[in-house]
This record gives sequence, C-alpha cells and structure tokens, in this order.
Amino acid sequence: MHGRPRKASNPEDEEASAAKAVKLRVLQSQFMSNHHDKMYNSLFFCYRNLMIGSVSFRLLIICCLLDVLGFWASSYTKEAIELSTKLLEINPEAYTAWNYRKLAVEDTLSRIESDPDLFKSVLDEELRVVESALKQNFKSYGAWHHRKWVLSKGHSSTGNELQLLDKFQRLDSRNFHAWNYRRFVVELTNRSKQDELQYTDDMISRDFSNYSAWHNRSVLLSSLLARNADGFVPNQKIPEEYRFVRDAIFTDEDDQSGWFYHLWLLDQTVNVETPLLTSSWPSHGSRVNLSGSGGLNDSSSKLPSFCSESGSFPLILYFDQDVGGVSSSTVTIDSELKGNEDLVWEPVSNKSSEVSCVWVTRLKYTSTEPQKEYKVKLRIGNSPGIVSSRGCNFSSPYEFVFTAHVHDNVEGSQEGIVSWTDGFSNWDAQSVDLKSLVTFDQLNAHMDLNWRQEAIAEEIDLFRLLSDSKIGKLTLARLLVAEAMISDDAIKGVNYKEILKLYNDLMALDSSHYQYYKDEHTVALLHTVTSSTESLSRHLFQYSDMNNSVCLRLNKLSLSRIASVEKLLFVQMLDLSHNELHSTEGLEAMQLLSYLNLSHNRIRSFSALDSLRHVKQLRVLDVSHNHIGKHSVDTTRYLCSSPLSNSEWTQDEAGRQMPSLATKYWDAYFVLRDLNLKQLDISGNVIAGDEFSSFVTQVVPKLVWLDGQKVRS
Amino acid sequence: LLDPMADKLAADKHVRYILMAEKKKESFESVVMDHLRMNGAYWGLTTLDLLEKLGSVSVDEVVSWVMTCQHESGGFAGNTGHDPHILYTLSAVQILALFDKLNILDVGKVSNLHKLDIAKLQNEDGSFSGDMWGEVDTRFSYIAICCLSILKCLDKINVDKAVDYIVSCKNLDGGFGCTPGAESHAGQIFCCVGALAITGSLHRVDKDLLGWWLCERQVKSGGLNGRPEKQPDVCYSWWVLSSLIMIDRVHWIDKAKLVKFILDCQDMENGGISDRPDDAVDIFHTYFGVAGLSLLEYPGVKPIDPAYALPVDVINRILLTN
Repeated sequence: MHGRPRKASNPEDEEASAAKAVKLRVLQSQFMSNHHDKMYNSLFFCYRNLMIGSVSFRLLIICCLLDVLGFWASSYTKEAIELSTKLLEINPEAYTAWNYRKLAVEDTLSRIESDPDLFKSVLDEELRVVESALKQNFKSYGAWHHRKWVLSKGHSSTGNELQLLDKFQRLDSRNFHAWNYRRFVVELTNRSKQDELQYTDDMISRDFSNYSAWHNRSVLLSSLLARNADGFVPNQKIPEEYRFVRDAIFTDEDDQSGWFYHLWLLDQTVNVETPLLTSSWPSHGSRVNLSGSGGLNDSSSKLPSFCSESGSFPLILYFDQDVGGVSSSTVTIDSELKGNEDLVWEPVSNKSSEVSCVWVTRLKYTSTEPQKEYKVKLRIGNSPGIVSSRGCNFSSPYEFVFTAHVHDNVEGSQEGIVSWTDGFSNWDAQSVDLKSLVTFDQLNAHMDLNWRQEAIAEEIDLFRLLSDSKIGKLTLARLLVAEAMISDDAIKGVNYKEILKLYNDLMALDSSHYQYYKDEHTVALLHTVTSSTESLSRHLFQYSDMNNSVCLRLNKLSLSRIASVEKLLFVQMLDLSHNELHSTEGLEAMQLLSYLNLSHNRIRSFSALDSLRHVKQLRVLDVSHNHIGKHSVDTTRYLCSSPLSNSEWTQDEAGRQMPSLATKYWDAYFVLRDLNLKQLDISGNVIAGDEFSSFVTQVVPKLVWLDGQKVRS
Repeated sequence: LLDPMADKLAADKHVRYILMAEKKKESFESVVMDHLRMNGAYWGLTTLDLLEKLGSVSVDEVVSWVMTCQHESGGFAGNTGHDPHILYTLSAVQILALFDKLNILDVGKVSNLHKLDIAKLQNEDGSFSGDMWGEVDTRFSYIAICCLSILKCLDKINVDKAVDYIVSCKNLDGGFGCTPGAESHAGQIFCCVGALAITGSLHRVDKDLLGWWLCERQVKSGGLNGRPEKQPDVCYSWWVLSSLIMIDRVHWIDKAKLVKFILDCQDMENGGISDRPDDAVDIFHTYFGVAGLSLLEYPGVKPIDPAYALPVDVINRILLTN
C-alpha cells in the first residue's frame, strides 16, 4: 500500500479492519447481486429482440406486456442505486459500480428527456457522487472518467467545474488527473489558451516547484507560437520565458521543475523546424575515384578510391532531422553516367519507417571506358515533397556537383585476411584533398540569428554564476553547444574546450549519472576531432595491405557512443577498437564502410549491431573481446528488427534447418544473415565456441574467415 | 568471489508471502482489491516464475478461475462477476502465457472471433478505449498491442494509426502522457515506449531527451520516482528501468544504488516488498521490486522482458519459435 507504514499489527486495529472488511464485503456482494439481476434482465431483453420474427409469439407478447408495464426499468431501483453510491464512496475503484450507474443513468434519461429539471437533477446526483468519491481517493481513474462521462451527456453547468478544480488543485497541485480534467473542461468550454497560460503563471508564482504547471505552460506556449497568436512571436516570447524560468532555477538549483522547460526553450532557440541538408557523399566539388571489383593501384591520386563488386556507388544525403519524400522527383540528377534514369532513394532506417535523416541511392557505373571522367549534378528540393516528420517543407533548394573518375578494373579481389594490428602509416595527404572529402555544415540562411545569439549569450553569462552546481554546469555546457551551432569556427573551438571540461567536472560531481556525462563528453570529443581537417587528419592512416586504403582510426579514445557521423561519410575503413562502445547506432549513415574494427568494446549482443544491416558494403567485422553473451539483459533487444518487435517474420533456409539454435542465438541470426561478411572475428566473447561458430558459418554463407581461420575458400 | 548482494534478497520469504496473500482474503486491503484480483494474480504468479517457484501453484486451479472471468464478448473481468475491461484482459492473457495455456483461447467461444474484444475498442483516431464506456488512455493502447502481439494477431487492428496516436501523446520533455497534452509520467512512458517497442517503432522516440528525463528520476537514496520532485517508489524500478532498457539508456543510472534501495524495501521478517523502506508491503510492489531486480541482473532472478512484462523464456517461446 502506498505510503502506509509497516508496523506490527495490534489486535484492536486488526479487529477494526476485519469489521470494516466484513461491511465492505457485504456491500459488494449485495451490489453484485443487483448488477447480475440487471444483467440477466438485459440479456432477456436481447433475447426478446432476437425472437421477433420467430415462432415464440406467446412469449413475445408476454415480454412486450412486461415492457409496457415498466417491468424492465424497475430493476434500477432507488435502493440498488443508493447501494452503489455507498460502495463507491468507500471504494471508488470498484469500476463495475460506476458502469452500473452509467447504465442506470442512461436508462433514466431515456425516459425523462422531456423534463430538463429532472434531467439536470439526475446528472447533479452523479457529480455529487463523483465528488465524494474523489474525496476518498483523488487518484481514482474511474471517478474522474465518470465525471467526464456525465459532462459529455450535456450537463449545463460546466462553469462550476473550473471552480471545483481550483479547490482540488490547491490541495494537490501536481495531481495529473486534475490537470487532465482541467484540459478537458477548457476544451469543452472553449476557454482561451491565453487565460490558461495566465493560470500557469499564477500556479508557478504560488510555488515554482510545480512541474505539472511548467508542463502545461510548454504545451500552451508551443501551440500559441505555432499558430502565431497575437503577440506570440519567438524573438519576443522566448527571451521572456528564459527570464521567467531562470527565477525558478536560481531559487533552488536542485529543484528539477524548471530544468526541462529551460532545455525546451534552448531547443526552440537553436533548432528551426525547416529541414536542412547537413552533408552529402560525394560532397560538392569533390572528385570520386571509382574502380571495379578488387583493389586499386592508382598512384596519381592521394585520395581513397571506392570500389564495388556491383558496379554502383552510393549517393548519400544527410539531413539535420528526419525527412520523408526523397525521390527521383524531389532530387534530380544530371549525369553522363548511363543507366541512372530511374533512381530509387531509400531511407537508411528501420524497414517500417518512411522517414530518415539519411537517404541513399546507388548510381551505376561501368569500367569499360577507363580513365574517363563524368560530371554529376544533383538538385535537391526544386520541386516540393521533402517534408520533415513535423510536417515542415525542405524549402531552400540546393545543388551540388562532383566528378566521378572511373579507373581500370584491377585483377584479384580482396580475399586475404585483414589484420588490424600493423601496416598503418600516417597519411600524408594535403588538406586540400581532405577538404573535398568532408563537407562542413552550412548555417540556415533564413534563420534570424540576432535574437538567438543574444538570448544565448545572456544565458551563458548568467549560468556562469551557477557553475558550482550540477544543473549550472550542465546547462552551461548545453548553452555552449548551442552557441557553437550558430556561430563561426573561432567560437566553436573555444567553446568545445570548455564543454569537455564541464563534462569532466560533472562526471566527478554527480557520479550516479556518470555515464550520461561520459556519453555527452564523447559527443563533444568526436565533434572536436571532426571539426577541422587538421584535427581529423591526425586520425587518418594508410593501410599498406590493401593498396594504401585510408583508414580512420578512432581507437583508444574511450568513446562511449557514436557521433558526428555526418562528417565521416567518406570512410571505408574504420578502427573503433579499444573504446567503451555498447552499440553501433549511428554507423548506418556510413554507407561506404567496408572494414570495421569494434574489438575490445562493450557490445553485449548482436542486436547492438543492428544498424550495420544497413551498411550493404560491409565485408570485414571484428567484434572480438566484447561482452556478447555475458549479460541476461539485452538493452538493444527492441532496437533490432525481429519477431519480438513484429518487424521480421521470415526464416531462411539456415533458420529452418537449425530452429533451436536460431531461437537460442536469435539476435545473431537476424543480424548476421543480413550482413554480407567475408571476415568475422568473435573470439573473446562469452558466446564464442564451437556450437556458435558452426551456426555462424551456416547463417553467413559467404564467410571466408572466422576468428582468423579459413572456413571456406 | 561471491556477489555481496547475492544473499540479501529474501526470495523464499517473498514466495511464502505471495502464496499466503492469496489465501488471506479477509483483510480490508484484500476486499478493496477484490475487483482487480486478475492483476494481483498476474503480479504474484510472474514474481513466482521470476524466482523459479511457479511450480508451487496449481495450474488447473488458476486457469479455470481465470476462465470464469471471461465474458461472452471475449474480454476478461478483474474477478468473477465483475465487468470486462482491457486492464484485466491483458493480465489474463499474461497468466495463460506463463502457464503455456494460450491455446485455451483458441477453442470454442466467441473469443476466437473477436480476439478478446480488443480490436473493437480501437477508435477512429487510433487510440483505444478501456471498455464500452469509452475512457481513452495510452495505457489501453499498450495493452491492446501487447495482448494482440502475444496472440500473434496484431493485424486485427490498425497499427499505423495506433502508433501515430501514441506519438501524438509525446511531450516536449520527451516523455508521454495518457492523452495528447497530458503530463509525462513514468508509468505512462513505459506503456508508450513498450507499445512502440512491440510495433518496431522506437525510432519515433527521442531517446536522448527521454533518457535524460528518465535517468533524472533517480534520487539520492538510489530509488526512482515517477515524475520530477516526487518521492521514490519501488514500482518505478519497473516503469523507469524497463523504459530505459528499451531505449538503450539504462547505463545512465547508478544500478548498484537502485539494487540497494529495492533490497531496503523488503520486509525481512514476513516477506514482501513495499514502496519505500519501512512501509507496508503489498503484492504490487513485491512484483515490481523483483522485476526491477531482474532488470538489474540480480543473481537468482530470471530475466524479464522489458516490453511484454513476462519472463524472457516465456516470450521467446511464444514469439521466436514457429
């Protein structure tokens, strides 16, 4: 029982409780017996209707007679209804009693419709019963719903409801039933949103520690801002709201009531609803080297080449938010490469989803005319159709051009084993080469930056005063991220240094949420690494075993999550070993990725690798020395497509042949069978063993190397 | 090295408490709870299964009582003689799943046609009513989706609309309420995240925003509350924890501190777990405490599925085998 002290029961209390129990039980069984009589009567009533047209004329006539005499109605006797009142006043959760009253009310109303006074008195009585039930239990779902139900029957005095609520809400200002009911009454009476906003003002002024009021304020304000109500323009209202919520946070920095409201305001300040293109591969002005299957021996360029067995290469568009509607009509392509008339764009996301921030299509090329250059031009958003999940149009048309350079088809495909231990040397590419690989995000030209920058600068100054506390530090870090988003590179660099320090401080200050700050720290760190060609080039290496492929090595950085992927779309070989990653979420955008090292991380299951199913190019995967099979709780169980989430039903041949193993290793089964791997390393995991190895070789038919052993040629 | 926590869960006492509670019907508390005996049975039986003691109850006795609560329409009541409601229909289905007796629903009766009356409760906007009287709540959306998924007939409802309705209840703090505009609450968040998990729609959740809100539910004592500035309560060990697991953000809280809080809420003498240390125990909090420990990988407790709220082996048997 909520909030009832545990104590050794004394005989008197027990006796009293037993007596109460007996009384309630008698009441309940009397009620049930009334309810059943009624039910049998109504069943009989149905039966009578069914009989119309059948042969039992005599019975039918008797029934009709009884009906005329009012026999059926009489089963809702005054006594029976009073009994249900008594029961509900003691136990408002006895839902069947509320149902019974509704049946009785409907029955009565159907007979007295012509009499408005009687009509009102019946409903008044219901409201009275609800009120006394709520006094017994203010959180009774059944009582609150009964009140709504009565009002929806057309009770005329809805004005009283707000007064009653005021009374209740003063007693318990956080009761969410009361707040829900308030919103219901407001809608029913067409009370203005401005008036309700004022009500949240009053509630918050009375006691700022009222999360329910802050919540309602965010709902009302976002609706008023969305429909540009009189005086509700962001550049005025949002700075005002900052001042309002600041008082709450500064009054008691440990009180969470204003925290989430402040974060929401910050989001409103830096994020615009209109979707934008963040980056693409290939990027504008870049030169892409393409070759047929196999490696490359192109010494003329320091740039990595992309090779594909399928004779096509991906075009990747990365938006700042989920969008739908990317298609050959919203993205037009002028290209000298033949056979690309009907391109199909696909969202890189869950199968059931039609929106994603990453979209990909595949452009065909042939290497029959080597050493030729082809220009490709993309135009995005010239015709409408790209829409964010909130319903905003991509409205700033954008175009970019790149050159595709097709090389010789080099003999001998990559069948050798890929070792991650040696063969790496510093990449001596010029930064000019790098610049063409990486696109850097553009600011939204339509965004009115002035008031946003001012508002954030003011908040930063103020929160520096609070930087001894947890929420002070955290908010400051978030404000600095926000400022960097809408500022130039010089400010970005300075901010990120401070952001990293703040998260380090927070890890020590609030150790219960250590991993939250750790994840945020990782995001900031990856942002720093990818923020300039200079910092990124420190992590780029040439891998000699594969014709000098370029490898991005982000190993041993104690990364705990993946971020800044939009800057890394060009990467084909990625070393993330010796980090603290527990999931590959985010890597799905890296559509060129062929070689991935995740060894010595904290991957707990194959379902944590679900995002790799979208990386069609992936051939080599090292997940050795992780935690797969060690834990009974799988935190990515529902982030993986499987029958558990109703998103995967088919079983292939391997699954049918080994049904019990496919169930036992379901996550490996559903993820690995979609990966076209040639090399896989799983040693050093609890799951590894002969049984699992033989299962894997059957699920991944093209696998050549497993844990360094050749399993097929 | 033995786990220092391993001997602190009084599993045997909790089992005895559950078996006793079932027989102790004369107290005022149990009479007040009479109308939700089906929920109580689900809480008790699932706890027994998590502690590997389901064998100590009579399957036939339980199943035949459950079936006395089924109505002609297909739905189940909270107890014999009460009206049917979706709240109790889910518990009934979960109990039958625990005992591997779901096939009892496939024979005879109208239930097979109406699939427990659930599909009829879906409204035009995708939401679900709890019964014929029309109360709408995202709890009922979860229940409908969970039930029908267990029965492998999710195609009986409009899943897209159901998902869209749940998403329309998403708030600016990343959480979910019972209807559009209603305040976020950890119990409601579990329902919405669970329904989105079961329908493969977790990409509609803002995981980082919701994850921060949820991990800030942990208070200094280690316990979790259900909304900002509220007291901790063992039941949120389930609602918050399962939601954090489904969105893969459970590492954002201090698990060891939460384990300690739950263990501190045990009645070490008579068994059972309460909402807070030294409060009176009940079957509801006993279930949520043990289920929370299961999600925290406490030794000796079977793993529970965070979305279907049934032991992992039960739900894997149903959904991962043909």
